[in-house]
Amino acid sequence: MDYWRSRPAAFDKTMPTNPQTLSQDHAALLSSLIGRHRNTPGALLPLLHDVQEALGHVPGEAVEPIARALGLSRAEVHGVITFYHFFRSTPPKPHVVQVCQAEACQACGAGELMAAARALADSESGRECVTLEPVYCLGLCATSPAVMIDGRVHGRVGPSRLGALMQSLGVRP
Amino acid sequence: MSADRLTTVYVPCDSAARAVGADEVAAAIAACAQARGLPVRVVRNGSRGLFWLEPLVEVQTAQGRVAYGPVGVDDVPSLFDAGFLDGATHPLGHGLTEEIPYLAKQERLTFRRMGITDPLSLEDYEAHDGWQGLRRALQLGGEAVLAEVTESGLRGRGGAAFPAGIKWKTVRQATAAQKYVVCNADEGDSGTFSDRMVMEGDPYMLIEGMAIAGIAVGATQGVVYVRAEYPQAIGTLNEAIARATRAGWLGGDVAGSGQAFHLTVRKAAGAYVCGEETAMLESIEGRRGVVRAKPPLPALAGLFGQPTVINNVITLATVPVVLARGAGFYRDFGVGRSHGTLPFQLAGNVRHGGLVEKAFGLTLRELLSDFGGGTRNGRPIKAVQVGGPLGAYVPEHQWDVPLDYEAYAAMGAVVGHGGIVVHDDRADMRRLARYAMAFCALESCGKCTPCRIGSTRGVEVIDRIARTDGARREQQVTLLRELCDTMLHGSLCAMGGMTPYPVLSALDHYPQDFLAPVAEDKPASAERA
Repeated sequence: MDYWRSRPAAFDKTMPTNPQTLSQDHAALLSSLIGRHRNTPGALLPLLHDVQEALGHVPGEAVEPIARALGLSRAEVHGVITFYHFFRSTPPKPHVVQVCQAEACQACGAGELMAAARALADSESGRECVTLEPVYCLGLCATSPAVMIDGRVHGRVGPSRLGALMQSLGVRP
Repeated sequence: MSADRLTTVYVPCDSAARAVGADEVAAAIAACAQARGLPVRVVRNGSRGLFWLEPLVEVQTAQGRVAYGPVGVDDVPSLFDAGFLDGATHPLGHGLTEEIPYLAKQERLTFRRMGITDPLSLEDYEAHDGWQGLRRALQLGGEAVLAEVTESGLRGRGGAAFPAGIKWKTVRQATAAQKYVVCNADEGDSGTFSDRMVMEGDPYMLIEGMAIAGIAVGATQGVVYVRAEYPQAIGTLNEAIARATRAGWLGGDVAGSGQAFHLTVRKAAGAYVCGEETAMLESIEGRRGVVRAKPPLPALAGLFGQPTVINNVITLATVPVVLARGAGFYRDFGVGRSHGTLPFQLAGNVRHGGLVEKAFGLTLRELLSDFGGGTRNGRPIKAVQVGGPLGAYVPEHQWDVPLDYEAYAAMGAVVGHGGIVVHDDRADMRRLARYAMAFCALESCGKCTPCRIGSTRGVEVIDRIARTDGARREQQVTLLRELCDTMLHGSLCAMGGMTPYPVLSALDHYPQDFLAPVAEDKPASAERA
């Protein structure tokens, strides 16, 4: 798949046209997080980080209450969520595998590593439990290729080591 | 072996060391010592920056610290058997750490404490010259601190190399109720990790530098904008700020001076363009990271419209040594108008990857051969990208040019943040040039047309060069050069303005790679999801 023929993932996060309401638990959580950040200058990013940390993603239903609390338009909040690669509008699978694709890792076989990871993530068990994404530099450029799995970094990862790491997540090739 | 003496063993907690098993090694050493009844204290230090030796275990002996690496969990019993607690020889042994040539040949000013101390220990920091710069700054007062920083010749280490003193002076002279010091820790360039090492391995140095900047310009609030890809750096920095505040080095009364300086950490969210200073300000203010047009300069109207010093981690982390040792001491390192040292980062396909702090003026060849030791797999080096994804590919005939901001600029390259990525002879330069354009398309903020549209057109033109031949190919090459010219001169910031550096250098120095027929285009690495 060619990069420029495919739409970047960010564009696929759809604007909620008919916002549903949050569950009661989530609404209570959201309002406590809003309370924590409401008076912080430039509160939107810290608030979105906290929402994503608590829920795994930023649900579309959260956009409206966040916008109202911070005195922003829904478009402004939606714009921020979709601009930044880090924020998710949909829940990820139980495990997130990020394979670095920046130059220092490319020089040591990151392309082949990504292909191997893709094959595993596309397997039946992989589709159930793994969200695979590229990442652009983890700052481990002298111990490349590097991957991050559920927030934990691994260096000097070849395809076989990656296979073992992914098998420990429950992926069967 | 003396079973009664408490031996200190150092196992780094730097994330690059942990990524190759340092936590497991530290646990194995503690368990093995306990099983054998040997009193051992395991200290998690920062990394020395000799990453090919990580996990690098050090043992404190009467002669100094003795190094062993790279140590795996399976090596731990044999280290104990050999008597490594007394510094005994072992196949993984390297003798005294300080005498390892890679380290001994460096000129570590900013990184002088790196890997020696426990990053979060205030006692360690103080015992290794910590806070000396801040103490002197408080004695001197803002005007004299500014003069000192200006005199030192320190320039912005984030890549643009703008003199720090001039920037600070502008902020100092501005009148405002609130001024800010913002540290740009959005180290997104591939091949760079010195900012991460500072935040994880010597965070108080950055805190000290920011406090000094606050005193010099009259700012009472600092913000560190750290990329989301660095969770450990964010955690360490937050803890260091809390401890430094409790100890009185930050807060309403910095070191009893009556001056205030508060510091907070802001987590970025994965947008490369937020490494550009005005996009970063937008992000801190809670908006999309869209670049601002200049003027107004951030020094006059920066964060929340107030006068703001914006510097990179290494610039601010270098300020304490400038103040502690004096401007003249620092200025005497380097060549031409590039004063002082730069922590170079050897990365990619290089045998001895790591951090090399040297004065400006050494050559790329020295770095690659004396320090780097060639490629990991022994194949010849084909191309070296200096200065991050927006830096030029430097071919071998330019490796003897001294690493100096002006000398590099003169040959159409950049020293940048000092990141050096090595590629072996299998590198396909057409693909790397295409990647540079695709990455720009992915990360462009979209504000200016040359960057937003030019990058996508760049990918298309490079693909057409591969598909055509003869006169039509020549036409496409001309088109690519004209496109690069537009991006270079018409972009609002370095994202679009410097993407042509890797593209044109690849085209100029490796034209044969663009001639090779490509039957089927390989997948671009710059796909996101």
